[in-house]
Amino acid sequence: MKHLRPINQKAKAIDESVDTQIAAMQDDVVALQQQVRPHVPMGCTLSFSPGWEVDASGGTAGLCQPVERDIYDCYVTCFWPVQVPDHVNYSPDWASNCSAAAKDWRSLDIIFP
Amino acid sequence: MSAPLTHTYRSGEVHRFDAQGQDFIYLVSAGAIFALDGAVGDVLAMLDSAEMAHADLVTALTGSGYSAADAEDLVRELRLARVIVSDQTVAAPAPAKPEGDYPLQALVLNVTNQCNLACTYCYEFGADKIATPNGKPKYMTIDTAKASVDLLLAQSGGRPAVHITFFGGETLMNFPLLRQVVAYATDQATAQGRTITFSLTTNATLLTDEIIEFLATQQIGVTVSIDGPKEMQDKRRVYKSGKGSYDVIEPKLRKLIARHRTRAITARVTLSKGVTDVVSIFRHLREDIGFHEVGFAPVTESGEQAYALGEEGMVTVLEQFHQLADEWLDYALKGRMHGFSNVSETIGELVQGTNKSHPCGAGLGLLGVGPSGDLSPCHRFTDADSHVMGHVSSGIDRKAQGEFLTKGHVGAKYECQSCWARPLCAGGCHHEAFVRYGDTGHANLHYCDWIREWTDTCLKIQGTLAVQNPEFLEKFAERKGLS
Repeated sequence: MKHLRPINQKAKAIDESVDTQIAAMQDDVVALQQQVRPHVPMGCTLSFSPGWEVDASGGTAGLCQPVERDIYDCYVTCFWPVQVPDHVNYSPDWASNCSAAAKDWRSLDIIFP
Repeated sequence: MSAPLTHTYRSGEVHRFDAQGQDFIYLVSAGAIFALDGAVGDVLAMLDSAEMAHADLVTALTGSGYSAADAEDLVRELRLARVIVSDQTVAAPAPAKPEGDYPLQALVLNVTNQCNLACTYCYEFGADKIATPNGKPKYMTIDTAKASVDLLLAQSGGRPAVHITFFGGETLMNFPLLRQVVAYATDQATAQGRTITFSLTTNATLLTDEIIEFLATQQIGVTVSIDGPKEMQDKRRVYKSGKGSYDVIEPKLRKLIARHRTRAITARVTLSKGVTDVVSIFRHLREDIGFHEVGFAPVTESGEQAYALGEEGMVTVLEQFHQLADEWLDYALKGRMHGFSNVSETIGELVQGTNKSHPCGAGLGLLGVGPSGDLSPCHRFTDADSHVMGHVSSGIDRKAQGEFLTKGHVGAKYECQSCWARPLCAGGCHHEAFVRYGDTGHANLHYCDWIREWTDTCLKIQGTLAVQNPEFLEKFAERKGLS
């Protein structure tokens, strides 16, 4: 720490812990939480986890990939808590026509169990 | 998209003090001590008057000349160390109640409840006694003592070292047992590849050359209950006839201290009405008699006894404590140990950053054993039917122990929640609280101001040493770690 100098053993432990946390924050993704926002070109997003993409204005209209793409990601990784086809038991072929999500996402269709 | 997190800050729970022109804080939630730079002082000063939003705080700091990046770093550092807290900060959990099978570290064996003195203020026999010894054994038998040793070794988990303190009554009235216990316990511990150390408390009247030799060769720590030079010792530490005990113990103490060099020999002084001349008591015991350490504590009483120290007495005592504290610091600045235990003990805890869930180890890592084999939270509850916590033959009564520890937890003491001195005090002695308020879980409110002032004094000593002789503090920490 820069401003607090530890004087006893407990303070030294806190000092080490804070330094570790600060070091970890150097690589942290702060992006849109930052008060003065970084420049983000239209059409780009700074966060890439499905369900969380927003464009520079905080909406989804300017994204270069459609938000619907999320559904496909959920199908594979079960990340997003929405209902998607059960690709283990009932709909193993649901994504067979979608080899590249960015290009083929339109091939993902609704299914009727 | 969720809104960005906005923090509103207030000052954390800190006690500020200064020493040698340096500002410090004692961080109450942790027991940590930090030296501050001016920037931290600026932040705390701003937050003293009002809570501030993150952006406002940063703006105010940049207005006082800090760069935006420096201001952000400063605020982050203080938030992570919990010197300032945000409304978004999840509160640190209070110290938890220890597990029910918390391993024992020490036992206090009350080898007898009999005493050859009749000190008028005695908590065991005096007006405020809580002991109910009628019909119980007066001397501990070897079977009970062996069962106690076995209990300690069995219930101490994987601790490599455990400790037994011999206590009374007058401990040396059952010296034959003490000798047998040392042999038995050492054998048992050695067989398990563990070490066991011993100490005793005595009034010194029954010391003989033979006993002194035994204590020295067995490296048994000795604490002597003594109230000072003759006129003070003989005021209340008397035989049943009323005769003072000073003339009997004085030559014995000199012999003890001359022969016994393997452990510190400590004097434990009880301050009571008329026995408040702390400095001259200290001079006599430390410099004339030669004790290595001298510690003082006010007499425990219900608040109504004639021997009570009283407010006036406490003021005198505190003044003289300060005088000895100044001397302690002078010694420490020169790298020397002074011998005033009341400072040494507190500094020892401050150096570590102790943050107590309970005032002491009673009922936790330490238990008392009465002559009957009854277990109690500590020696002060020996033979008290109201505080039995099991028996050496049947083990620790976990229900009674749990109730005692739940009550005695600092988090259960309402008044302590707003006090910055609670990491060290935690409400004070369970026994004192029971005698004074009839409840071991009551905070010892009659000492609050006194404890805060004393803790502040010791913090300033620590601060001064941190500035002028930090090596001493490091050595002190090592010494404490070893003892």
